[in-house]
Amino acid sequence: MNILEVKNLTKKFGGLMATRDVSMNVEKNSITAVIGPNGAGKTTFFNMITAVYRPTSGDILLNGKSLVGLKPHQVCHFGISRTFQNIRLFNEQTVIENVLVGMHQRLKGHWIGTLLHFPEVTREEEAAKVEAYKILQYVGLEEFVNESAGNLPYGAQRRLEIGRAIAAKPKILLLDEPAAGMNPKETRQLTDLIHDMRHRLDVTIILIEHDMKLVMKISDYLYVLDHGELIAEGKPDEIRNNQRVIEAYLGKEATQRG
Amino acid sequence: MIKNAFHKFADSTKAQIIFFAAYVLITAFGLFLLSDSVIAFLVLLLSILILYYLKLNVRIKWALGLLIIAVLVPFAASQGSSYQSFMDVGTLVLIYVAMALGLNIVVGFAGLLDLGFIAFFAVGAYTYGIFGSTQANKFMPFGHFPVPGDAFWLFIPIGAIIAAVFGILLGIPVLRVRGDYLAIVTLGFGEIIRIVFNNMDHPINITNGSMGIPSIEPPSFFGIPIGQPSQFYYIALVIFMLAIYVATRLEHSKLGRAWKAVRDNEIAAQASGIPLVKTKLAAFAIGASFSGMMGSVFAAKQMYIDASSFTYLESTIVLVMVILGGMGSIPGVILGAAVVIILNNQVLTSLSTWLTQLSASGVVSVPDALSPAKMQRFIFGILLVVFALYRTKGLIPYKNKKVDAAHLKAEAAVKTSQYEEHPEAEGTH
Ligand SMILES: Nc1ncnc2c1ncn2[C@@H]1O[C@H](COP(=O)(O)OP(=O)(O)O)[C@@H](O)[C@H]1O
Ligand SMILES: [Mg+2]
Repeated sequence: MNILEVKNLTKKFGGLMATRDVSMNVEKNSITAVIGPNGAGKTTFFNMITAVYRPTSGDILLNGKSLVGLKPHQVCHFGISRTFQNIRLFNEQTVIENVLVGMHQRLKGHWIGTLLHFPEVTREEEAAKVEAYKILQYVGLEEFVNESAGNLPYGAQRRLEIGRAIAAKPKILLLDEPAAGMNPKETRQLTDLIHDMRHRLDVTIILIEHDMKLVMKISDYLYVLDHGELIAEGKPDEIRNNQRVIEAYLGKEATQRG
Repeated sequence: MIKNAFHKFADSTKAQIIFFAAYVLITAFGLFLLSDSVIAFLVLLLSILILYYLKLNVRIKWALGLLIIAVLVPFAASQGSSYQSFMDVGTLVLIYVAMALGLNIVVGFAGLLDLGFIAFFAVGAYTYGIFGSTQANKFMPFGHFPVPGDAFWLFIPIGAIIAAVFGILLGIPVLRVRGDYLAIVTLGFGEIIRIVFNNMDHPINITNGSMGIPSIEPPSFFGIPIGQPSQFYYIALVIFMLAIYVATRLEHSKLGRAWKAVRDNEIAAQASGIPLVKTKLAAFAIGASFSGMMGSVFAAKQMYIDASSFTYLESTIVLVMVILGGMGSIPGVILGAAVVIILNNQVLTSLSTWLTQLSASGVVSVPDALSPAKMQRFIFGILLVVFALYRTKGLIPYKNKKVDAAHLKAEAAVKTSQYEEHPEAEGTH
């Protein structure tokens, strides 16, 4: 079953076609990768799904319902959470507060209830903190609970973004270059975390990633973008052997290495 | 050696209470005797700041603080001829603290630079001014005004609500712009409100224009009229307590976190499910309501208002309080407001009087233009520059609230959920 269907998605920035006619079908509970060289339009694609940008044309369907025209927070309410390529944490707030912000839409308490000391609001806050702590344990950040997010080491910041995103209990999780800047050990842990999240959190994962080893290891299905266009799609083995992909992307990397 | 003694002192609740009680009693007694001394008054007020830094139970601190502000200060000051003027300054401090706490929600928490904040104070003041005087008769087809003094109390919540509505009215068009543009638009809004109030005497006379509204009915409490600064002090004190309560409760609530998230990163906040417009409007409305309430009190206290009390300079002064005290820091903002008002109304004026006396007796000669009371803006300007350079986070910088990690860990261990410890993540660091 397809949880997300993207139809002929196009985004123009002035004269530049950041994505052109991109279509995708993402199966529920899969791990799908979007790869391609820098500037291929991958982040733009995520930005359209999460309503940061409105597509020039095309449609995005979540379980058959169109997301085009929604506000970013509504997309989150519908069940899509994300991380950012250039980390966007709430730097002045503590690590646990960042996760609590991620739970925002699931908390029902109104601020008037907070002022009037409604017991259910107090209870909800307490339960939220415990759950946020569990999320921090899950992503391996519990030692940093009270630290300001901006003070965390780089790899920890990336994991905190994931923690904040899953705090919304999303149906689909979009990860934009989650391993960027991580050392090999951190990357391995991240790979395991992504694997584990899919089963444990019952979430569909779409990730943009340059680390080919990681991508090939964990993805069920890949889409390859180049200059805004979809040039290939398929299972990891098919992509590995696809001539166009090798030319556009892997080939370049191979020559750089050689 | 000294450090050691200090640590011992910090650890001992008893020592701190004895020290503090001694300080308060001596300074209160001092003020009682030197009844007109501004310095004695200030030294007594300093006890509140000392209290803030003592390591005592928070509840005890609140109780002590309230006791000092509500009982000791008015009593100790009550002896001399300066009693009412001290209480007047006290009332002004409370009014401005509440306003600064409101602006702190907008600027400090939500990160929306507002340079026209005094507009909401004006709205509150005019609301009571118009209906608390004969002014309303000039355009209302029914009813008889002024409302009786007993109705003043209703105008506190009414002032809050009308100011909140203005906050939302300002917010809706303004929230499309950001950063510097937002500052400019809010500045314009503040000026527009002032100019409108200054000109609404025709075609329908609503505000009496530049003549202002005279003879505003003083409030009364079950028929007892309230007219003295020492009485307004208590009205302002209650609203001040309410403002502190609301600001501290909201600060670490879902809404408070949403404000700070929007401030720190708008895109990530939205992606986390926070509705941008609603969250910003809530900041404008709640912040404005503090000013609206105090506006009503101001009108009743002054018994006369006109638009000249609500100039751009006033908006700047409230902003200076927030920046000086520490953006986002509730204790900082309180201190900032107190420092600015006391500096303005006590220290500078006393200094001026003193210099004038010296000049008169021929000891020194200070030209009138250099009188400290006239250098207000200059002094605030210097202060702001110094703070921007050397103490960007203000007098009492904002501190994050820490959660009790051990407690949460224990709770997390008994509560099962879908997140189990990630096998690889354990023992990473
Ligand atoms: N807001 C924007 N305005 C103009 N051009 C943009 C904007 N965002 C992205 N682009 C352009 O769109 C193209 C795709 O960018 P992006 O989606 O970030 O690529 P990728 O994530 O694949 O590296 C790039 O040429 C980039 O410069
Ligand atoms: Mg990108």
